[in-house]
Amino acid sequence: MKKSLNDRIFDYVIVFISVLIMIMVAYPLYFVIIASFSKPEAVLSGQLTFLPVGFNVKSYQMVFQEPQIWIGYRNTLIYTGLGTVINLLLTTLCAFPLSRKDMPYRTLLTFLVSFTMLFGGGMIPVYLVVKNLGITDSIWAMVIPNALNTYNMLVMKNYFQTSIPGELQEAASIDGCSHFQTLIHVVLPLSKPILAVITLFYAVQHWNAFFNAIIYLRNEKLYPLQIVLREILLQNSLEAVGGDMTGMYEKVMQGETMKYALIIVASVPILIFYPFVQKYFTKGIMVGAVKG
Amino acid sequence: MKKSFRKRFFSKWQLIVMFLIPFIWYIVFCYVPMYGIQLAFRNYNPRLGYLGSPWVGLRYFKQFFSSYYNIDIIWNTVSISLYSIIFGFPIPILLAIILNELPGVHFKKVLQNLTYVPHFISVVVLCGMLYLFLSPQYGVLNTFLNFLGFESIGFLESNKYFKAVYVLSDIWQESGWNSVIYIAALAGIDPELYEAAKIDGAGRLKRIIHVSLPGIAPTIVTLLILRIGQVMTIGFEKAYLLQNNLNIRSSEIISTLVYKQGILQGSYGYATAVGLFNSVINLALIILTNRICKKYFEISLW
Repeated sequence: MKKSLNDRIFDYVIVFISVLIMIMVAYPLYFVIIASFSKPEAVLSGQLTFLPVGFNVKSYQMVFQEPQIWIGYRNTLIYTGLGTVINLLLTTLCAFPLSRKDMPYRTLLTFLVSFTMLFGGGMIPVYLVVKNLGITDSIWAMVIPNALNTYNMLVMKNYFQTSIPGELQEAASIDGCSHFQTLIHVVLPLSKPILAVITLFYAVQHWNAFFNAIIYLRNEKLYPLQIVLREILLQNSLEAVGGDMTGMYEKVMQGETMKYALIIVASVPILIFYPFVQKYFTKGIMVGAVKG
Repeated sequence: MKKSFRKRFFSKWQLIVMFLIPFIWYIVFCYVPMYGIQLAFRNYNPRLGYLGSPWVGLRYFKQFFSSYYNIDIIWNTVSISLYSIIFGFPIPILLAIILNELPGVHFKKVLQNLTYVPHFISVVVLCGMLYLFLSPQYGVLNTFLNFLGFESIGFLESNKYFKAVYVLSDIWQESGWNSVIYIAALAGIDPELYEAAKIDGAGRLKRIIHVSLPGIAPTIVTLLILRIGQVMTIGFEKAYLLQNNLNIRSSEIISTLVYKQGILQGSYGYATAVGLFNSVINLALIILTNRICKKYFEISLW
């Protein structure tokens, strides 16, 4: 069927708006990329528009010369790895029993758990709990207080209830599977989409975590990447490396474009995983949208 | 019979064991802090413990409300939230509709996935980008303003622009991600409805107004309620990171006050009281909106 003139105009308008949106979302990101490869004078004097000016990788060299950044990177990798494993373990251990109709006191327990989404003690009482447990200024402060996210847990619980046939679990138990075996051999292998999405959510949360670090950590050796980023990007606390005064001006200038490189270096790891998980987004989020 | 009973008990026992670790976690990190709320009414002394510290009643609440500065803080919290709702809430809906109307599957996919990307950028990086782009000397936005013949504006160095920067950057970061749910809801609309409207002579715009929008109305209402129930909750991290001495009068919000008073100054009782005020308002709002929606829209969260 041939499109009417009105419909074609409508199409053009929609495409035009979409291109505008695309530019608005992408240009700031694109600008960071080209600025990170340009020479400082060009960036600071506003010569940059669509292509890098004076292409070089000095900003990246400077990023990798900062020992603080390496320490932050290593710490964040540890927190993200360990934290995500703990998250997945606890989330599954919580979601699976609550998804089962034969769980004793299921309604009460689900209520107690969901209620924490509506009301909580607040920043200070939680801080005092962590302090009294004696885990401030340790790796545990970064992974234990946020070991479970109730929203993610409910998403997983809903997935177990709606997307895995109950008969399958029954059949497994008739065949002599214990609950642990049912979980490991039947439920989890069928839950790959939700596991992928929730792993991404948790990993992103740990990678980007800033709040726990400023509250619980005082020891600089434990600082995650985000704290180091804040010091360099927002507080300009970059110590000009080396002592010779002649290169000082260049170093300060380079320090400005180095911020762009740092943004790239800090964000790339998360964005690398993104295409692999992206196809599961809609499904994962839709299951979560079905209220529990 | 007896054996099967034992077997059943055994299997339940396994479920209970599984639940044990998460349960302990909930007790320690959610319910013990709720018990700790009593600090809002006590002059806390670590050596005396929660129950041993002297009771001071509503002293901290009186202290909080007696300062005009704090009224400003409440207003900052509420107004940033309201601006986010007024300007930020409709954008994901429009975005979803535009994506839905786009001819060509390929471009649609690209645009959709692109708009998700900012959601994954950390708050620290976002704030770093804002400082870089908005810098009065070197920032790309000010360079552009100069090019157009305007003076440079210190967006982050004044009380005037802080809320706009906060809300607009939030729209940039989260609109794509927030549109996912509407896109899914639009995909669930029966294509026959569009066909019927077409036969009735409705153009594209009319089909959006009479088919698409009513189709996602329940989703819109649910999310709006949820959003209104969180009026007092705005991100601590972003406000804290964008704060400086020049914009503090419009950037100080309840959570940054709680952090400064509680964690940095050690006034645990006062900070707990302010936090409690915040949580109670939130809880009340969500219960209220839920009740209203149950009554008028027959949509409720529980």
